[in-house]
Amino acid sequence: MPESDAPALERRRDWRELALGYGIYLVLALFVLVMALLSPNFLRPGNLLNIAVQASTVAVIAVGATMVILLAEIDLSVGSVAALSGAVTAGVLKFAVGGAAGGVVGLLVAIAAGLAVGTVLGAINGVLTVRGGIPSFIVTLGMLSIARGLTLLYTGGRPIFALGPDFSVLAYGRLATVPVPIVILVTLYVLAALFLHTTQLGRYIYAAGTNRRAVALAGINVDRLKLGVFALAGALAGLGGVLLTSRLDSAQPTAAAGWELDVIAAVVLGGTSLYGGRGSVVKTLVGAIILQLISNGLNLLNVQAYWQQITKGGVILLALLLERSLRRARGGESL
Amino acid sequence: MTDVTARPPEVGAEPLLTLRGIEKHFGAVQALAGVDLDVPSGQVTALVGDNGAGKSVLVKTIAGIHEPDGGEMHWEGRRVRVRNPRDAAELGIEVVYQDLALCDNLDIVQNMFLGRETVQNGLLDEDTMEREASRTLADLRVRTVRSVRMPVSALSGGQRQSVAVAKAVMWNSKLVILDEPTAALGVAQTQQVLELVRRLADRGLAVIMISHNLNDVFAVADRLAVLRLGVMVGAGPAREFDSRRAVELMTTGRSSDGPARSAGDDEVTA
Repeated sequence: MPESDAPALERRRDWRELALGYGIYLVLALFVLVMALLSPNFLRPGNLLNIAVQASTVAVIAVGATMVILLAEIDLSVGSVAALSGAVTAGVLKFAVGGAAGGVVGLLVAIAAGLAVGTVLGAINGVLTVRGGIPSFIVTLGMLSIARGLTLLYTGGRPIFALGPDFSVLAYGRLATVPVPIVILVTLYVLAALFLHTTQLGRYIYAAGTNRRAVALAGINVDRLKLGVFALAGALAGLGGVLLTSRLDSAQPTAAAGWELDVIAAVVLGGTSLYGGRGSVVKTLVGAIILQLISNGLNLLNVQAYWQQITKGGVILLALLLERSLRRARGGESL
Repeated sequence: MTDVTARPPEVGAEPLLTLRGIEKHFGAVQALAGVDLDVPSGQVTALVGDNGAGKSVLVKTIAGIHEPDGGEMHWEGRRVRVRNPRDAAELGIEVVYQDLALCDNLDIVQNMFLGRETVQNGLLDEDTMEREASRTLADLRVRTVRSVRMPVSALSGGQRQSVAVAKAVMWNSKLVILDEPTAALGVAQTQQVLELVRRLADRGLAVIMISHNLNDVFAVADRLAVLRLGVMVGAGPAREFDSRRAVELMTTGRSSDGPARSAGDDEVTA
């Protein structure tokens, strides 16, 4: 009798393993199916590209957030940092390099300024977490407030708009037939996946997420690694902010407010463990797309915006609960 | 204090590692007081002592995690200073910590190469690493793991210990230090790990094994070194000790059977 239990247990583990590994794709397929049934136009290439473009800003930021979370840290400041970066890019573009008259060089300077702001704020997050010994949850919560305040100060609380046609290429341009944001998005995800899975630093990110001491004993400077990842997350938040500013053709002082939730939701829906060390950046992209599908679907159904927020929060909690219970039942994961 | 010019009490070849008069303080607490130790190649040296005797501090000093406040360390006859784990690794000193320092989410290969990955054109060379890891495990006759791509979280305690040991010996290491390798293991797995420890010494490596369990110590050790309150109260070939004597030294610092051959220490009386 006892022998017959073993294979059954094995099988049960197997489907849990599969659910943890590939469940996200099933969910994506399900959402696509539902949307296709709801709207005949949904599956048209133009519409699909549009959804991808809409998802791209959050998805870009979520690349950095995935790495931060793999390290068992968190970055709540990404929305505010994105807003400040976008505002600085808009400000430099409009007031420092002479707008459309500044040409491509002016444009690049403005974008570089925005990315630099993001990188610096991210690095400050990293320094305070690593050297200051403050949990990143609190550090980045503080930064969320500071960066938003700086954005309001910098813009005087008013949007900076009319940024010129050159700048809008980032959001609306096409490379061959592919929208530029999609090109940026795909490039970024390919690079991030290669970085995480084929380089030493990528491996250390996974390793340090579960056993910091083991990595330190192997002679790796974990503090510097974390600092670098926070700076990178800041830079990518900055890039997200620049892309958003381009899409809106204006920098709004309240832009990207609350995006930390969307970004973390994309990462978590993608199955990356908030406890660090487990996850995949490619699935984060799937998570971001699912979130966008939820938004679009609710719009299609004419669901009030307030309900959209509630739904989004609920989906995240549900996903976490499901993942948690799958892992616990599979065993060997409880610490 | 100890006479550092004295020849080590070993006859024949020079020990791989020689410690003379090692001191370590943590504030007002003296963790190590003039510790002498000889560690020859091809032998298992068991480091025993009660809690707080300074075993871990001594090991961490050798491994470069603590720098000693005084004393000398000689490696293959040359005086050396080991300031960090990297220095230790360069000499060929590897430590298997009690918690094993493995990453649960990484597989066996990834753990064995952590921090020393084989890289080609800046990218991880997984095939080479997998081959090397398999070869090392086979060399050590670790046959219980199904695949070297299994995550460490799926391994038993004995398998984890074996992986940690294999990780330590893969780098042409000359001295492997094991901190309580059997503390968390059952009877059968303890036996496996002790056999593994024995094989390391038989391959010519110097092995230091910290242990509380005198049965394990006498099963595998060639030499004993007994620490008590930071003082080396007895050291010598295992045959000169028995359980009673070892326990006496661990608890009182004295032995009724006469002095252990020791480090010029007044506390050891006839």
